[in-house]
Amino acid sequence: MEKTVNQKAWFLVLPVLILVAFSAVIPLMTVVNYAFQDTFGNNKFFWAGLEWFEELLDSERMWGALGRQLAFSGIILAIEVPLGIFVALHMPKKGFWASFCLVLMSLPLLIPWNVVGTIWQVFGRVDIGLLGYTLDKLGISYNYTQDFFAAWATVIVMDVWHWTSLVALLAYAGLQSIPDAYYQAAKIDQASRWKVFRYIELPKMQGVLMIAILLRFMDSFMIYTEPFVVTGGGPGNSTTFLSIDLVKMALGQFDLGPAAAFSLMYFLVILLISWVFYTVMTNLDKRDGV
Amino acid sequence: MAKITLDNLAHSYLPNPQSEEDFALKELNHDWVDGEAYALLGASGCGKSTLLNIISGLLQPSQGRILFNDVDVTHAPTAERNIAQVFQFPVVYDTMTVRDNLAFPLKNRGEDPAYIASRVQQIAQMIGMEDVLGRKARGLTADAKQKISLGRGMVREDVNALLFDEPLTVIDPHMKWELRTQLKSLHHEFGHTMIYVTHDQTEALTFADKVVVMYDGRVVQIGTPEELFARPEHTFVGYFIGSPGMNVLPAQVSGAMAHVGGAEIALGAFYGATEGKIEIGVRPEFTRLSAREGLPVNIRRVEDVGRHKIVRAEVFGNEINIISGEDEEISADMTRVTFDAAAINVYRNDWRVAPLGVAA
Repeated sequence: MEKTVNQKAWFLVLPVLILVAFSAVIPLMTVVNYAFQDTFGNNKFFWAGLEWFEELLDSERMWGALGRQLAFSGIILAIEVPLGIFVALHMPKKGFWASFCLVLMSLPLLIPWNVVGTIWQVFGRVDIGLLGYTLDKLGISYNYTQDFFAAWATVIVMDVWHWTSLVALLAYAGLQSIPDAYYQAAKIDQASRWKVFRYIELPKMQGVLMIAILLRFMDSFMIYTEPFVVTGGGPGNSTTFLSIDLVKMALGQFDLGPAAAFSLMYFLVILLISWVFYTVMTNLDKRDGV
Repeated sequence: MAKITLDNLAHSYLPNPQSEEDFALKELNHDWVDGEAYALLGASGCGKSTLLNIISGLLQPSQGRILFNDVDVTHAPTAERNIAQVFQFPVVYDTMTVRDNLAFPLKNRGEDPAYIASRVQQIAQMIGMEDVLGRKARGLTADAKQKISLGRGMVREDVNALLFDEPLTVIDPHMKWELRTQLKSLHHEFGHTMIYVTHDQTEALTFADKVVVMYDGRVVQIGTPEELFARPEHTFVGYFIGSPGMNVLPAQVSGAMAHVGGAEIALGAFYGATEGKIEIGVRPEFTRLSAREGLPVNIRRVEDVGRHKIVRAEVFGNEINIISGEDEEISADMTRVTFDAAAINVYRNDWRVAPLGVAA
């Protein structure tokens, strides 16, 4: 086919280019700019080379935050994905109760992050919070401001409460798209409940589950507001995740150079893990297809 | 293998059916003889699939009982009934290989691995998929997937019945013929009771020993292909079977004579006093165009279908079809049509009236 050459067509993509430049490229470049320079104030900058990056790689503080962050994302994925699938499998398929469940499940997703944090902050307080007070009266020592384990439990349960719905709703959508004939055929073939799940439901949910895991990973890896409101990153540094640490560094200490280097590495880590996950999953898919 | 008895069976999809209209499947008593091949024929939405799903236990009937070899299984779950069923659209387990798909029903029953391997090989040969056994089922064509579904249906040797719910809809024509032939030879070999649902009369007539014709939730006739052709019990059977279907003309009948629009037609038998909506039915194969005798006819058009010609015409305002041999000339003066007296059936309110005696 003959291709028409018309250089004026560039004008058609120009609006998008401008939009992306202002919303992503230019802000990112300022961060890149800070990451390679140092300043003593007065808006005077010096070339610092890779100094901030070297410092970052040697910093125990960063490695600690990264370790906690990976642990947090790992734990919430390990809970939310199976729990979400379990909930989806037990939701009514149609009728009034199906709609009722859908609305009920969507509610946590509609609450702003800092409100979720505040709810749990109050809920867990030993003096006035329903949860904290009850646990305390039952003789269970629970104080998320002082106890490492209580702080982690609170942050994790909060995230599970907030986001399991998302996984459940996506899995539910996947389940709804399975034609009845599959279940009928499985009955005819005398398949057990487990085999129906393993060979019909799970393969049909694979696509939506991949999206659910990616979304939950990226979101949990960037979590800031909720733990900040509940524990403020404490006790000590025990719930200081990457973004909390980053904000402390950038705004608390005003160390713009190290914070910029931190940001870039943070960004690259998320990109890398998401890319690896996505590639592995789609390759598995392709190999099956051949 | 089993004899399947339907006792007073009926089904409605509504929770509280009021009138007969509410029933998707109207009351039915029937024995499916052990080892016969049946075709269940009818237009879409006439209750064929409902009946099949009740037999396999995917649906619980609203009333009546179903018995396998005189044992009541009305409320037994599908798995206990040991039935094979193939659906209209292919169902395969995507993540399994073709081999595992075929072996699945046997594995679920805990059969011996050596037996499974040899049986799967045998079935794969039957459906012509031996060389793709190791492949994942995902990504195969609809044809191939449906062949796997058929294979999975046939893999168990001891099933009580094999049910097919329009299984060849998605398969291309030449493969259709081949698979149907294989199903038939399978039936001869193992003698399973088979029920084959279809809306395609050729498929039904070539596959089955007995054809069950359903219309509007009711079984209107059960018979051999010859019986359905020669003596349709209901005008629907006459119209649905045959190409084109039976001609039906409103008439008055007395003795061995029918009166259609003032003209007289001789019948092959005597009929008693008849009231209600009376019609006579005659298949296009038993009509002939003529220049001198018979009813006046208005020819609309002539279709040459190769083996013969189909004449579309009108008699006293009623459409009729006439089949005329390939080598017969149709001339402009042929303005009349005659019927073969012995091949005329009389219907009252759509049901066939039994003759009192043969006319002289």
